[in-house]
Amino acid sequence: MDTRQKLEILADAAKYDASCASSGSKQTRRGSQIGSTEGMGICHSYTPDGRCVSLLKILLTNYCIFDCTFCVNRVSSDTPRARFSVDEVVQLTLQFYKRNYIEGLFLSSGIIQNADYTMQQLTMVAKKLRSEHQYGGYIHLKTIPGCSDELIHEAGRWADRLSVNIELPTQNDLKQLAPEKDSTQIVTAMDTVKTRIDETKADKKQGFKAPSYAPAGQSTQLIVGATETPDATILQTVTSLYQDQRLRRVYYSAYSPIPHADARLPGMAPPLVREHRLYQADWLLRFYGFSADELFSPQQQNLPLDIDPKLAWTLANRDRFPVDINRADREMLLRIPGIGSRSVGRILQIRKHRSLSVADLKKLRVAWKRAAPFVITTDANPSLKLLDSLQLKQKTSTERQLSLFDAIDSARSGEV
Amino acid sequence: MQSRHVESFEDWRNQARQLIAAEISPREVCFRENSSQAELFGATNTPQEKLPAARPFRVDRKFMQLADRVVCHRDVDRYDLLYRILWRLTHGEPKLMQVTVDDDIYRASMMEKAVRRDAHKMKAFVRFCQVETESDREKYVAWHEPDHKVLRLIAPFFARRFRGMDWTILTPDESVSWDGKQFAWGPGVPMSQRPRADSLEELWKTYYASIFNPARLKTKAMKAEMPVRYWKTLPEAELIDDLIRKANTRTESMISHREGVAFTAERYLPEDLTVESFQAGLAQCDACSLCEHATQVIAGEGPVPSRLVLVGEQPGDQEDLVGRPFIGPAGQILNQALQDAGIRRDEVYLTNAVKHFKFEERGKQRLHKRPNVSEVTACHPWLQAEFLLTVPRVVVCLGSTAAQAVLGRGFKIQTSRGQFFSGPHDCEAIATYHPSAALRVRDVKRKEEIIRHLTEDLRRAAEKAKA
Repeated sequence: MDTRQKLEILADAAKYDASCASSGSKQTRRGSQIGSTEGMGICHSYTPDGRCVSLLKILLTNYCIFDCTFCVNRVSSDTPRARFSVDEVVQLTLQFYKRNYIEGLFLSSGIIQNADYTMQQLTMVAKKLRSEHQYGGYIHLKTIPGCSDELIHEAGRWADRLSVNIELPTQNDLKQLAPEKDSTQIVTAMDTVKTRIDETKADKKQGFKAPSYAPAGQSTQLIVGATETPDATILQTVTSLYQDQRLRRVYYSAYSPIPHADARLPGMAPPLVREHRLYQADWLLRFYGFSADELFSPQQQNLPLDIDPKLAWTLANRDRFPVDINRADREMLLRIPGIGSRSVGRILQIRKHRSLSVADLKKLRVAWKRAAPFVITTDANPSLKLLDSLQLKQKTSTERQLSLFDAIDSARSGEV
Repeated sequence: MQSRHVESFEDWRNQARQLIAAEISPREVCFRENSSQAELFGATNTPQEKLPAARPFRVDRKFMQLADRVVCHRDVDRYDLLYRILWRLTHGEPKLMQVTVDDDIYRASMMEKAVRRDAHKMKAFVRFCQVETESDREKYVAWHEPDHKVLRLIAPFFARRFRGMDWTILTPDESVSWDGKQFAWGPGVPMSQRPRADSLEELWKTYYASIFNPARLKTKAMKAEMPVRYWKTLPEAELIDDLIRKANTRTESMISHREGVAFTAERYLPEDLTVESFQAGLAQCDACSLCEHATQVIAGEGPVPSRLVLVGEQPGDQEDLVGRPFIGPAGQILNQALQDAGIRRDEVYLTNAVKHFKFEERGKQRLHKRPNVSEVTACHPWLQAEFLLTVPRVVVCLGSTAAQAVLGRGFKIQTSRGQFFSGPHDCEAIATYHPSAALRVRDVKRKEEIIRHLTEDLRRAAEKAKA
């Protein structure tokens, strides 16, 4: 099998992985001849699914001894198999990088032989790129749960980011769909990475020249919609990942139909709107001071599909509005629908010099339609009277007035 | 009103400094680039008025950062706008930069944003092609058309990124080359002179097409991030139409094509497990599709309970016709091996991991076909039930299909043959060659070796079962 055929199979096998970020590394490695990791990530292309191509995202091999139902590479799938050699991946990465096609490498793998062997192979690719080719671009390695700590330590020396996929939000879901995966092993692997990152930081603080260790931190991915687990449970798991494991990112991947799908799973289009709402909620957790509990009620354990989670929270907490743009504290400004954290920063800055009007807010490019009924400005804001109206939800929803049925349609078409 | 000609950002900066010192208000001056456009208005002929030397003064650092980018914008009024802001900053509005909703600041920051975005897209969409050179260093050339004049902003970035590589970036306005040490600036180059295709492009297109998931079509989002005007230099762009067109069909076939088994034999397992209820349940099993073609289902045979249980792969052609396990050619070899190991066949329980014959028709022949993992999985409850009935002390797995069904999917005969492992229900399990392996090898020596190992492993299993 030639490299092109392998690439076809092993890129195809990686296309369900949502992660694509290439940012977050502190600086380019010293002595690099090819490649840098400065600034924010660059997306070199976009595919028709609207997702960016920033990294060469491939599997080292799609042979796998596991039988996770949702995965196209599970052992019981009849998907065509291939395996790259370490050198093939090294050469592909360098050749693509030199032509400025990619920002780096995201290497994952099916589990072959055992966890240690697989991890060794992944690490060898990164080590070769760094030490034999002075490659300074981004490298994201997927950590294989169950491999030894030494291998995780070695991997972090060469990689910018490590990730361990949690795949499913609860132990029960794992038992159901990924019987060979063990949530304790996954969390242990995350702990190992976290501890090592902390140690490196502490060493640097004390003035030691510690070799860099996964400078872009660690991330994970979980699959949404393959089981019945509601959003509330998912976001509770995620909250503890952010707090306890200090993950940089959690990626949500709508369970997507796969060729060679296991008959035990229903064939369906991926729940893209749900995935989108989870990303919005994730944002609220990380940058807007929301807690997972606030976004749900005992009756409502899933995020609404027809409106974004911030607006949904606002509608359920009308009594806390309207908010005076010129007086409210940062925490409350962050809770106004249609106003992002960057705009909040600007509002606070401008407020020191002069007070803000409706026109000013529009210039700051806030989503005025959503924000209007909830804010007091220096001038008259006729939309304020909507706050007590029964039609508040319809009036503040997106321009297209997404109804629940539209949401289902858009889940089908993929356009959010 | 005086008109001033600007060569570069540095030039504008010097002139602006002098104009501020001379207290010339923005209303009294306009800036024009030294380009053909300026000549249109006949302004180039007006001699440049001499200005007095300026005293240095300080201005908000944010302004300099903004100006550095705004000058790359193609808007002809950009120098006038910057001068107006500079004037206001030095004439009673020192905090102006922070009032981002001010009309002038807003307009400048919109320009800055356009330039920043264009520069970012240039970092992304410059595509190098490798070109032939006489030197031993690799050489790469790209042609790119930015919206604004951002090459000067971007060149240092490419130098840091591709330090050890010789490269040239051509744009319609200007061009720049890097030789590993320094820049060399040159004139603009039209699209017709862009470098020829690179041999790696085919590989790149393969990657692009493969990483796209047709189940998630979002063309609007794609075009927002990768505007169509950039497509002309992106080799993968020519694939887009076709990928979009086929996406729906591909998704539908992904959803409709499923494989494996929807359920396993578990639903046919009798609640009250006896040899009779086991056989009655087995006779009805259609957990996988093998039942559709096989003549009959073949249960294990032998004493129940039984200290020693042998598990093979699946029944063969003769087994399927007669209805008993291990009676074909492989059965003959097994019989001989059992005899040599001092084991009576009627003292052991013989069964298979899969209970139906799987075959491929080739003319009149029915050729044995290895069962896939989903079929083994579907049949697994029957094997489990047989272990419950026979309560073996030792299970012998014949061949890798049996070994993986009993000992787990990672099991490899080559590395773990002849060793004892803990098996189901606290018994011991050992894996060895399937007797049919001896039928398949041509090499006589190898054949003898396989039979010897098989016999030896059986003998050891029997000893363990007796102990």
